Amino acid sequence: MPAISLSVNGKPVSGEYEARTLLCELLRGHLALTGTHVGCDTSQCGACVVLVDGDPVKSCAMLAAQADGREVTTIEGLAGGEKLHPMQEAFRDHHALQCGFCTPGMILTSVALARGNPALGEEDVAKGLEGNLCRCTGYRNIIRAVMAGAKAMREQGDV
Amino acid sequence: MYEFRYHRPETLEDAAKLFSECGDPLFLAGGQTTLPVMKQRLASPSDLIDLGRIPELRGISLSGDTLTIGAMTCHEDVARSADAKSAIPALAGLAGDIGDPAVRSRGTLGGSIANNDPAADYTAALVALGASVHTPSRVIAAEDFFTGMFETALEEGEMIVKVAFPAPRSAAYVKFPNPASRYATVGVFVAGTREGVRVAVTGAGPCVFRAGDIEAALEGDFSADALRGVSVSPDGLNSDLHASAEYRANLIGVMTRRAVARAS
Ligand SMILES: Cc1cc2nc3c(=O)[nH]c(=O)nc-3n(C[C@H](O)[C@H](O)[C@H](O)COP(=O)(O)OP(=O)(O)OC[C@H]3O[C@@H](n4cnc5c(N)ncnc54)[C@H](O)[C@@H]3O)c2cc1C
Ligand code: FES
Ligand code: FES
Repeated sequence: MPAISLSVNGKPVSGEYEARTLLCELLRGHLALTGTHVGCDTSQCGACVVLVDGDPVKSCAMLAAQADGREVTTIEGLAGGEKLHPMQEAFRDHHALQCGFCTPGMILTSVALARGNPALGEEDVAKGLEGNLCRCTGYRNIIRAVMAGAKAMREQGDV
Repeated sequence: MYEFRYHRPETLEDAAKLFSECGDPLFLAGGQTTLPVMKQRLASPSDLIDLGRIPELRGISLSGDTLTIGAMTCHEDVARSADAKSAIPALAGLAGDIGDPAVRSRGTLGGSIANNDPAADYTAALVALGASVHTPSRVIAAEDFFTGMFETALEEGEMIVKVAFPAPRSAAYVKFPNPASRYATVGVFVAGTREGVRVAVTGAGPCVFRAGDIEAALEGDFSADALRGVSVSPDGLNSDLHASAEYRANLIGVMTRRAVARAS
């Protein structure tokens, strides 16, 4: 079994896990971080997106062993204590979720989008969220939320 | 997923040695095709040999007018590369339109071309630009590399190390993306190169191909108007739930005209 050491939400994690352990299984099963959702398990829906060294990754399509030595951020690691991350606030303020299943992946993808593009426009958001499916909202409010969240991140110097 | 053994070699030599010693091994790049295919049990390798730790497989460099991209370079890195954007902007743009951001952070150039999916984007760029595929033992011209549907000229256990792209005078890639996956229903890469106009079509047939009639029409007059009388035959093109062969034939004309307009 491969030995794996990584950082998850700033905390070191290490151990030996079966080679076939997916990153989403390590997070949800072994670390009990169930905020990472598995919608399809076939790389289609984006619910399982987490950040690996800051980049959005479908955690159902990455082995835990491939995350060795990397820094993983899940939805649980975004807020600072009781204070929500500005992108989380924006999703709440703009009613960008209904059932909430897609939301962790949407928010993490959006945080990476905002950090990767200081001049993020609505079209960039729509394109950037092509890999994240939502069965509830119809996307309009999500786009509004990401625009607002990105603006708040810029104001806080997080972009 | 079935059980398998996992290896993380740090040199090309170790990777090749491991491959020769394992029962039924598979190289692992970003895993964007390999892992879903293993979950579906369409592949059940005994061993995965992760190429992620081998330095020679990484990086983008520009030397003269040749852009070289390591096999393990992910699509997002190509899309953002200053060298790629300056030498071959059409290639950087192509990489930035593959799949979605999460696919682009993991999917690699080497994995894409080794897989040779009939609807992949990079295949068209390699063929139109006259790129060459470097393995540890030889250099393969792109046109000889893609040999058929999901087939390449790679020998068992042969790794792609890097791809060298000669910068064209002008180029553009336009695809009609499948709305769910963004794979090319039809994609056309046009390039004005030192050897003349080259046009490669992906998504339409079982394997990427050059469109000879279209190249001939564009050779004297590189404009969308030059394509007026040229019709594309649906013979041999793919028909599936996404598009009929006739529709794909029509899309080849439309995508080519758009690409020429963008490149000229
Ligand atoms: C949702 C989704 C959408 C996508 N959309 C598009 C799209 O719009 N356009 C497009 O072109 N592609 C698309 N792809 C494909 C994606 O971009 C990857 O390029 C492709 O899946 C290959 O993935 P990978 O690089 O992770 O390679 P892997 O899956 O790790 O490997 C693929 C194959 O290549 C072999 N291999 C890998 N590296 C090497 C090497 N260096 N030498 C020899 N053999 C090697 C492996 O053994 C394996 O057989 C999409 C994929 C997904 C999941
Ligand atoms: S669960 Fe990973 S993409 Fe759907
Ligand atoms: S809020 Fe229900 S899937 Fe998006």
